[in-house]
Amino acid sequence: MFEYAPAPESRSIVDIKPSYGLFVDGQWIDGQVRDKTVNPANEEVLAEVAWATESEVDAAVRAARAAYENVWSTMPGRERAKYLFRIARIIQERARELAVLESLDNGKPIRESRDVDVPLVAAHFFYYAGWADKLGYAGFGASPRPIGVAGQVIPWNFPLLMLAWKIAPALAAGNTVVLKPAETTPLTALVFAEICQEAELPPGVVNIVTGAGETGHALVSHPGVDKVAFTGSTEVGRAIARAVAGSRKKLTLELGGKAANIVFEDAPIDQAVEGIVNGIFFNQGHVCCAGSRLLVQESVYDEVLASLKRRMALLRVGDPLDKNTDIGAINSAAQLERIRTLSEIGSEEGASRWSPPCELPERGFWFAPTIFTGVTQAHRIAREEIFGPVLSVLTFRTPAEAVEKANNTPYGLSAGVWTDKGSRILWMADRLRAGVVWANTFNKFDPASPFGGYKESGYGREGGRHGLEAYLDV
Amino acid sequence: MLSTRSIKTTAKAWAIDLAIRMVDLTTLEGADTPGKVRALSAKARRPDPADPSCPAVAALCVYPSMVPVASEALRGSGVHLASVATAFPSGQAPIEVKLADTKAAVAAGADEIDMVINRGAFLSGRYQEVYDEIVAVKDACGGAHLKVILETGELATYDNVRRASWLAMLAGGDFIKTSTGKVPVAATLPVTLVMLEAVRDFRGASGRQVGVKPAGGIRTTKDAIKYLVVVNETAGADWLDPDWFRFGASTLLNDLLMQRTKLKTGHYSGPDYFTVD
Repeated sequence: MFEYAPAPESRSIVDIKPSYGLFVDGQWIDGQVRDKTVNPANEEVLAEVAWATESEVDAAVRAARAAYENVWSTMPGRERAKYLFRIARIIQERARELAVLESLDNGKPIRESRDVDVPLVAAHFFYYAGWADKLGYAGFGASPRPIGVAGQVIPWNFPLLMLAWKIAPALAAGNTVVLKPAETTPLTALVFAEICQEAELPPGVVNIVTGAGETGHALVSHPGVDKVAFTGSTEVGRAIARAVAGSRKKLTLELGGKAANIVFEDAPIDQAVEGIVNGIFFNQGHVCCAGSRLLVQESVYDEVLASLKRRMALLRVGDPLDKNTDIGAINSAAQLERIRTLSEIGSEEGASRWSPPCELPERGFWFAPTIFTGVTQAHRIAREEIFGPVLSVLTFRTPAEAVEKANNTPYGLSAGVWTDKGSRILWMADRLRAGVVWANTFNKFDPASPFGGYKESGYGREGGRHGLEAYLDV
Repeated sequence: MLSTRSIKTTAKAWAIDLAIRMVDLTTLEGADTPGKVRALSAKARRPDPADPSCPAVAALCVYPSMVPVASEALRGSGVHLASVATAFPSGQAPIEVKLADTKAAVAAGADEIDMVINRGAFLSGRYQEVYDEIVAVKDACGGAHLKVILETGELATYDNVRRASWLAMLAGGDFIKTSTGKVPVAATLPVTLVMLEAVRDFRGASGRQVGVKPAGGIRTTKDAIKYLVVVNETAGADWLDPDWFRFGASTLLNDLLMQRTKLKTGHYSGPDYFTVD
């Protein structure tokens, strides 16, 4: 009797054009090569977008250079701040539209795009707008200089948020940018280009070139680019590091992760279970800092697992635009294939797989929330990033063993600690080799807080005062 | 997060009727008179006189001195009669007085007793004393159901709420209830969530099911439905029943009636179409 009714957010608020070009020098240009972007929830084609060629990327970099030399780098910080504040306010005004569009193009639930992604996007622009006229107080000298033209390549998991993390600090510091969104999620970046026009940002300060790997390669290896920033897979990150090696370009990388979410026996179990669910099922697990390895103290293993399974049975997988939905669609067929392959390997290697009973839609790309128990450090699902709603559960006996297992990974982006004991939180945080350590929470982001990795999770920090360093000549 | 589910049409009609059946219609004022209590008894029997299909509420909740009047007025209706006892709302009286208070209410016809725990003892760490008092009151109740009011607004932390919940359940309480309605902070959704987790875990450990009653501050149908969603997703559908979940409220009832009529007729009636007692 107590059935939940579908409550879909109306998509009439977004006006998706049949086709999009490239945003170069404040103008839209058509682009020679074109491809389609689809809604991963039903495989419907949303729009046709350009895949920028080498010469189009070149035009974008030249436009950025001209804007850098003539306008943006010489503009007083307080004037740049005005543009950034204006962009932030327009993002807030168009928040609902951006949220719906993000969910359509990416597959993430509307509750997340509406309550997490878009508010954080606006917050990042507000935050860095505040820095634009205070760079002399950031700890990098009395009047730090910008670097020049930034070539930025971002992933598909948080399309607009990653754009904000890249563009806001770059612009605040006085750089101009050429940004390439991911080929499966270009639409919100293109609407952002419209927002730049609406904010009357000088032409060439922000250029958006859509496309796939070749476009990205053309951008990062372009000689006119002074600074490269990339968020995405470790594999592509390595290729980019090779491409810029030996050049003058500065590089920051934010790559993969295989975070340990560590639950001690004294943790409030119900709260920890919420954190475990948030850690791995938030955004379908398409989160570089996802808590994909659960480390549970053996004394509470049964209790935690029973609570986790009970909680997972309540998760609602389905239409991303439905406000009831907890878990949306996997972003692409290719990603779904990768998740399936690694899950099968998990079963073959002897881990036990469990998913709650859950009906998946027929069309589109879907994967039920899944946990693997009986996982050991030697299993591939404990070592490789799956980037999907798949959790590997391991156990430990002592705090030292928890630290050892948590650090025993080539990655080091984030970690979670669940305990009632404050001193243990500090003890763990001292020893965990991860860029972010969350205590009794997970996947919490704030523009004032730096974010970045150890080891193969990359280098450089985004967010906070630290995030300015990557865009200043220091 | 769990309270953001959407409830519409048939599920909503069912939820509204269930919420009406879960209401402990309450009057706990120094100014209560037999006339007031009789009027509220009539309201409890037939919340919406214009619509015979409207269910009665779960119980009427009054002070012990009003139990005889209410008992008379509710006779044969099937509506339970709850009485607060044990020196409500502060609980600051000798144990003998509390037990006498309880026995008098039961003798006068109350079949449910809403007791308050000894917060003074609880907050100074004398948990055994709190436990023993609940056991004694439960004994004094005889066959009457015992609801244990934790007064969560005075316990202040979730850890305390959970500990007090377990104390009350272990001591034999049939229900755990959030508040007296006499302190500034009454029922909240997070506190109710903690208590629902406690009854769920208690049943898992002991096999005995205990009810939950948030009281005070729940005034709208929308709020009530949020609570029901949290009940459904935390403790489970077993608790979606007036035997296991109650709302301590007075103004909530008329909003439920108004939404019920709106759902049936398609339009809103003014507040004058619903009785004020």
